[in-house]
Amino acid sequence: MAQSRVLVVGGGLAGLSATMRLAELGVHVDLISLVPVKRSHSVCAQGGINSVNALTRQQGDSEWKHFDDTVYGGDFLQHQPPVKEMADWGPRIVDLMDRLGVPFNRTSEGFRDQRRFGGTLYKRTAFAGATTGQQLLYALDEQVRRREVEGKVKKWEFWDFLAPVRDESGRCRGAVCQDLVTMQFRAFPADAVVLATGGNGLIYGRSTMSMVCTGSAVSRAYRAGAWYGNGEFIQVHPTAIPGADKLRLMSESARGEGGRVWVPRKPQDPRDPRDIPEAERCYFLEERYPKYGNLVPRDIATREIFDICTTDGLSVEKDRLCVYLDLTHIPRETLDRKLGGILEIYEKFQGVDPRAMPMKIFPAVHYSMGGLWVDYERSASGGMVEGALRNQQTSIPGLYAIGECDYQYHGANRLGANSLLSCIFSGLFVAPTLANVGSAAAAKQEEHSRLFEAEIRRQEDRHRRLLARTAGDENPYALHQELGNLMTRVATVVRRNDQLAAAYDEVCRMAERWERCAVSDTGNWTNQNVVFTKALGDMFPVAKLILKGALMRDECRGAHFKPDFAMPGLAATDPDAKRREAEQWCDTFEANTKRWLKSTIARCDADGNPDITYQDIDTSLIPPRPRLYGLVGGEAIEEVWKERQAAAARARGHAASQVVGSGVGG
Amino acid sequence: MSHRRGLQAADNVGRETMIKATESAESLSHVGDAPGHSEPHRVVRVRVLRQDIAGGESYWERFEVPHEPNMNVISVLQKVACQARSQDGRAVAPVAWDCCCLEEVCGSCTMLINGRTRMACSTLVDKLTAEDGEEIELRPMSKFPVVRDLVVDRRRLFRALEKVEAWVPVEGSYDLGPGPRISPEDQEDAYPLSTCISCGCCVEACPQYSKVEVVRREGESEADFEKRRTSAFDAGFVGPHAISQAMLFNSHPTGRMIADERLEALTGRGGIQMCGNAQNCVAVCPKSIPLTRSIARAGRAATVWAIKKIFDR
Repeated sequence: MAQSRVLVVGGGLAGLSATMRLAELGVHVDLISLVPVKRSHSVCAQGGINSVNALTRQQGDSEWKHFDDTVYGGDFLQHQPPVKEMADWGPRIVDLMDRLGVPFNRTSEGFRDQRRFGGTLYKRTAFAGATTGQQLLYALDEQVRRREVEGKVKKWEFWDFLAPVRDESGRCRGAVCQDLVTMQFRAFPADAVVLATGGNGLIYGRSTMSMVCTGSAVSRAYRAGAWYGNGEFIQVHPTAIPGADKLRLMSESARGEGGRVWVPRKPQDPRDPRDIPEAERCYFLEERYPKYGNLVPRDIATREIFDICTTDGLSVEKDRLCVYLDLTHIPRETLDRKLGGILEIYEKFQGVDPRAMPMKIFPAVHYSMGGLWVDYERSASGGMVEGALRNQQTSIPGLYAIGECDYQYHGANRLGANSLLSCIFSGLFVAPTLANVGSAAAAKQEEHSRLFEAEIRRQEDRHRRLLARTAGDENPYALHQELGNLMTRVATVVRRNDQLAAAYDEVCRMAERWERCAVSDTGNWTNQNVVFTKALGDMFPVAKLILKGALMRDECRGAHFKPDFAMPGLAATDPDAKRREAEQWCDTFEANTKRWLKSTIARCDADGNPDITYQDIDTSLIPPRPRLYGLVGGEAIEEVWKERQAAAARARGHAASQVVGSGVGG
Repeated sequence: MSHRRGLQAADNVGRETMIKATESAESLSHVGDAPGHSEPHRVVRVRVLRQDIAGGESYWERFEVPHEPNMNVISVLQKVACQARSQDGRAVAPVAWDCCCLEEVCGSCTMLINGRTRMACSTLVDKLTAEDGEEIELRPMSKFPVVRDLVVDRRRLFRALEKVEAWVPVEGSYDLGPGPRISPEDQEDAYPLSTCISCGCCVEACPQYSKVEVVRREGESEADFEKRRTSAFDAGFVGPHAISQAMLFNSHPTGRMIADERLEALTGRGGIQMCGNAQNCVAVCPKSIPLTRSIARAGRAATVWAIKKIFDR
């Protein structure tokens, strides 16, 4: 059998970890990236990477609890076996990154230090200053460079993935890509193609994401027939620094290290924040969520910050919405050691020293929980079978997806410091699968070359047509901004059906207007203008599936919040009435679970419009339960819920013993 | 609980370009705007040294974009791309430039801004004009071949990392337990070196680092061309960034197992002997990496190693 060849698209954490392991397994890798891989968006991840560790284990933590926190934080919208497998791999992955030389912060004894992140009560997060993503990426970049020198990897930097190429049976046989310098097209035949192209924040205009996060590669796969899962679940990070070109992330680790979020009790108190006495400050997260405090899951922190500014009118400033994130009570030396990187960003871009003055922050679009639908092979123990061909495979055979661009690990809301884990995990885990795909027979390859030629011609035509479009009345940059503003307004923190429906129609019109975009650069050398225009065109199908998915999902789950379908806490104070309300609450919850605890699956039609269906979720390991962080009457609801679970368990036990007794069971 | 607005984006990146805004500027102006207000009609003037193609002639072009509070050089270039018109109103192709993260951690957007090498994302317009006068000058880095306009080909930076074997030589990715224990002092020593973003500022400012531009010959195969180019890169100075990375890995307990190989590279062609101790590198590093300390350490280690080599012969 010929040596197999894999095309990895994207050189962030997921793409690099897959490449590293594939090279070890003797598979030749072509690695395509829009930018030199060392500049991938993973460098922006700040806070850390989660795994159970020796310390938390002795406090009662376990892989199972990490798994439980992840599905509970994600509102149970994930298939559980992949999440369990990921949590099980956590300790091994952090150990591996440690061996690769990542300069994790250390305790006085020389062990890895850990901090606490949102949605958990354990200090599970290993970190390297406040630039953990950068440090992890560099370690993988170094290993891949080493394999490149050995001739096992070929990097294609400044290349754009344009389309997967499928044979008559529908199987992916490679891809067509474009050189962003010479603008030439090239066929990349491969036994398997894996997309590791990250999120799609640019659909929202400004976000915490890098300029390459257009989602175009995923959109191109989606248009070619790959299903898209849970598109409407977009994480809005609670704390970002507003900026004209970008909303820069202020890591959750700022709160993990003791940072406190507050607003003055007096609206727009004009005093210097340092002069406002404690009693006149509202630490609203600590007041409302005494257990988790400033470290509630992100969707909740985001809504609270948003609410205190909009509904309660307590924004720090009058002309723009923001709250204080305060680190000034923490010693400077500690801040520099543990958070240096992010504090420098604030200082550089805002011109204010956050060690001396509370920062002003506001939520921003941050992460795509949804992404390409991918499959997995469940193991007997409830995890995944390593090396199985189905793992991470999209609905197109031979086309795989890993990292932020798959939909698999974070459900309706991602916990902080879990993304670095899921990216590295899915990259490492998919490698043996890809190695097992095997190599196509030589005769077949000849047949495929005709398919590649046809796809190259198609892409060349599209490119030429765009270059010839100089007379249109639409400006791609202005249209992008318009799309971003609309998406940010209707499809982020708070969602309403009338707005979503109107926005869907508006995006359809924008997609039509895109056809009239004029390019201002007609040259065929490093033409960023035409590359951007193409990527913009690819944003509309994804924007549509986000909007339609959000419109159709009439409930609140994780990051998807519709006030019209919210389940408020209990109003009654009298114990009996409270009990009745709790019963009703649980009834509603059960009905809602039955109706909506399903993956949203979008398929793209010929016009780029989504066809949406729902798929049941494997929740066989941890039964879904109400997410009660800080809900009024939460204890009463929890009590009723536990009684019901116990009764259900007894009933199951009873039924099982009857079956065994009748001799039918096996 | 009532929510009247979604998270509304401030249309800050070129409000003037909004063609069919669905929202009034009023309702959009609440979120994300930089504090303070720009004076009406205030503009930012910029002149850019352009070049249409690799090896082509360069020429100056002037642009004018509306001023906004707290804007950086990236926002200026974004507006230039959007309007695609020169200052005198001619329709021109947008200026090409590299950028990615916009928060000074990816290393993409290095350019010469008012003659100084720096990152376009973290260079704020108001500070710049206050220091240097009204017009901003943008030029591509001079130590790398220009691809187009402000885009340069910096692959030589990454070749240098191959040359000094800037990695920990692990056996593989199988689970072999954690890495070595490292004292907090050693971690604090290593971490700053590990924050190098390969932006190229240090080599741009280095008098010993000169441009290497290799053009593919007619009929030359891709492989032959790459080989010839790599050889030309290796003949030139390896650069402060690579010396510092060599020291980073030579200080790591596993990394130092191939310390000799790195010293061999540093003492060979294009090695540390080329450093003229101008100390420009450390002055321009956007991440304040102690590059001269790394170079001093490398110099000492190279001397010791050279003597050892003589005795081992």
